[in-house]
Amino acid sequence: MKEITFKIDGKVIKAKEGQTILEAAKENGVYIPWLCYFEGVKPAGSCRVCTVKVNGMAQAACTTPVSEGAEVDNSSPELEDMRKALIEMLFVEGNHFCPACEKSGNCELQALGYRYQMMVPRFPYLWQMREIDATVPKIYLERNRCVQCFRCVNGITTPDGKKIFGMIHRGERDVVTIDPELAAKMTDEEALKAMNLCPVGAIIKKEVGFKIPVGKRKYDTQPIGSDVQK
Amino acid sequence: MANNMATVVRDVVGTYKKDATKLLDVVRDVQKQLGCLTDETIGQIAKEMNVSRVDVDGVVTFYHFFSKKPVGKNTVYLNNSITAQMNGRAEVAKAFEEAAGCAFGQITADGSIGLFPTSCIGMNDQEPAAIINDVVFTKLTPARAKEIISGLRSGKSAQDMVTAYGDGQNQHPLVKAMVHNNIHKAGAVVLAPFETGAGLKAALGKTPEGVIQDIKDSNLRGRGGAGFPTGLKWDFCRKSQAAKHYVVCNADEGEPGTFKDRVILTEKPQLVFEGMAVAGYAVGAEEGILYLRAEYMYLKNYLESVLEDLRKKNVLGKNAGGQSGFNFDIRIQMGAGAYVCGEESALIESAEGKRGEPRNRPPYPVTKGYMDYPTTVNNVETYCAVARIMKEGAAWFKAIGTEKSAGTRLLSISGDCKKPGIYEVEFGTTMQKILEMCEGTGAKAIQVGGPSGSLINSSDFNRILGHEDLATGGSFIVFGPNRDILEVVHNFMEFFVEESCGFCTPCRAGNTLLLHKLNKIFAGNGTASDLKEMEAWSKIIKTMSRCGLGQTSPNPVLGSLNKFRELYEAKINKGAEYLTGFNLAAAVEASCKAANRKPNLHHKD
Repeated sequence: MKEITFKIDGKVIKAKEGQTILEAAKENGVYIPWLCYFEGVKPAGSCRVCTVKVNGMAQAACTTPVSEGAEVDNSSPELEDMRKALIEMLFVEGNHFCPACEKSGNCELQALGYRYQMMVPRFPYLWQMREIDATVPKIYLERNRCVQCFRCVNGITTPDGKKIFGMIHRGERDVVTIDPELAAKMTDEEALKAMNLCPVGAIIKKEVGFKIPVGKRKYDTQPIGSDVQK
Repeated sequence: MANNMATVVRDVVGTYKKDATKLLDVVRDVQKQLGCLTDETIGQIAKEMNVSRVDVDGVVTFYHFFSKKPVGKNTVYLNNSITAQMNGRAEVAKAFEEAAGCAFGQITADGSIGLFPTSCIGMNDQEPAAIINDVVFTKLTPARAKEIISGLRSGKSAQDMVTAYGDGQNQHPLVKAMVHNNIHKAGAVVLAPFETGAGLKAALGKTPEGVIQDIKDSNLRGRGGAGFPTGLKWDFCRKSQAAKHYVVCNADEGEPGTFKDRVILTEKPQLVFEGMAVAGYAVGAEEGILYLRAEYMYLKNYLESVLEDLRKKNVLGKNAGGQSGFNFDIRIQMGAGAYVCGEESALIESAEGKRGEPRNRPPYPVTKGYMDYPTTVNNVETYCAVARIMKEGAAWFKAIGTEKSAGTRLLSISGDCKKPGIYEVEFGTTMQKILEMCEGTGAKAIQVGGPSGSLINSSDFNRILGHEDLATGGSFIVFGPNRDILEVVHNFMEFFVEESCGFCTPCRAGNTLLLHKLNKIFAGNGTASDLKEMEAWSKIIKTMSRCGLGQTSPNPVLGSLNKFRELYEAKINKGAEYLTGFNLAAAVEASCKAANRKPNLHHKD
């Protein structure tokens, strides 16, 4: 496969043709923050947190393929502030009460909030009414926490390829939903997979909780991205 | 009822052969028969089509003209574009509500009438206008609204109440619409007479590469608004190796204020279809799709008859244009009410029977488009220009307009002018000249290119129409000296909030936040810091959004802050650092009302 060479913030990156900027950056020890991306799941490009400037053009690193000789900006203050703004938007658009959430400490949105040193969002809270769906046996869907990342939509399907999760409505009312019949057939394993796929606490497996105590969770000891950054 | 539902669903799904790409058609037909799509019906459709119910639910809730709740036996969709407002929409809406006995967003107790607002329906030159059971009503008055409701109540059909037809093909037996073309200026490219078949014949005399070269030489740029060179697009498409290629015509003109495609499709559909056939020959496609917005459903049967006629004339079909081995035909795909589907990749998603969410690019449609085959998506007007270029030659076309913008542009002019309607003008024409043509005397502002375009004031009236200066997808709205520009901005932002697909964060949340900010200022709680924040937030939305909708949606805010800042200055609290916009007394009152208790907080009035 053809090798592509390009630069992120001046650092030379070697990548394979067809790889995305985000994948190439990860392999080269460069952290580009992301939220909707999940390794092995078709990237949605919906959160836009991984936006970089490729030769001056804003592009989502998770969906943009590498190109020979490109100059990628991943750290200019203006870009970083815009990423922070997106994280803040997600906080004000949903209803996120971290202390009461099972995902606290393992939550990628929360971790990004810390990494970007978000003290208080610059935007007013929207206090949207969002319904919780607890009708299926293995999981409940806590829409107040959903960040519309599409990981569950693209990553969880039935053996014959049908979607279990999907989006309904549009615009500000856009929310995730489930096919109750297909979701009823989910195994414990699949339910756990869905919960682990969710970057926030929108998909929670029923009957178990706080197995790992708060304080000993993934992002309690080190900031998100530490495992990538070299 | 349940059995009936199951039968209806089975029949409709059977008609479309359980084809998942026809989901929009299935949903439309089922709704037509059952009135709405309940969860039960959605489940049944999913079962019959063997798809997940989230696929069906996602589609039903995405499109404006689909509904999970009953929309009434007769459904009034009253346009809420800014020109409708400027022409007395409020009074008409009130008359509808009084006559029907229900508010907008509701249906009457007996289920006979439903009243709903809708985004621009492409009738800006004859507002206020509404679509009732797929029939268009223009120039509505309160008296007329009452008459329509009482007519519907007495059992008349919407079509029965269309008493006089418009001009030209609006009178065609398959159209019979009260819509007027209002063509005030016909140009040489689109609206001039054309001998059907002449463009295709000329094209078939060349190689496909030769046709693409001609289009490149003509300097034709896409008429949808973005202005991408058409020849280059076709070149990319042709060079993409695949078993099949597709030609798509984007007839989803949803930019508020645009209605030129409606007039072209009424008067010049042959030219459009011929241009598509030329494209088919050039890129190597056998299938063309006209994606027609749901608002223009009233033209569908007529357009089908035009296609049939073209097949008879051998412009379409097997060995099209008499060229052995060149097969090309066109089908019509109806939309279902979503502005974002004007974005080419969202349009393709929608044509495949899915939610109209734009795709990530690359890959572009020219490499992976409809059903993942290379696809060229072009505007209605672009195809007209293509057919004309084939007939008259690239040099002829290039000589019209300016160096960077060749040819003519159809303007849909509306708002505060004496002669709203269609004007085919050459690129390079000044704003002043256009204002004179439409008699927009004393205009203080023009919205060029619709809400996503540019707001200009009188200091810009010497600027020209063209990609090098003021580009437009065709919308041109004039605002007279007494118009409140901030009301215009507010209407546009409400439009974007309504029409955002919701896929990406900045567009979904950002536009709502911008609208909140506008409301804060309008409520008298704005400060200078709010204006600065609006500018900063607009920049974030524009930079970080995934598609053209979010990349342009803050334009009304930015444009008005730039050109009419004094209007904001007059509304904000001078000297105040920051105001929360929070009113304790009102909040207490609201909470007491919700909890059904008396306030125990003593506050001064």
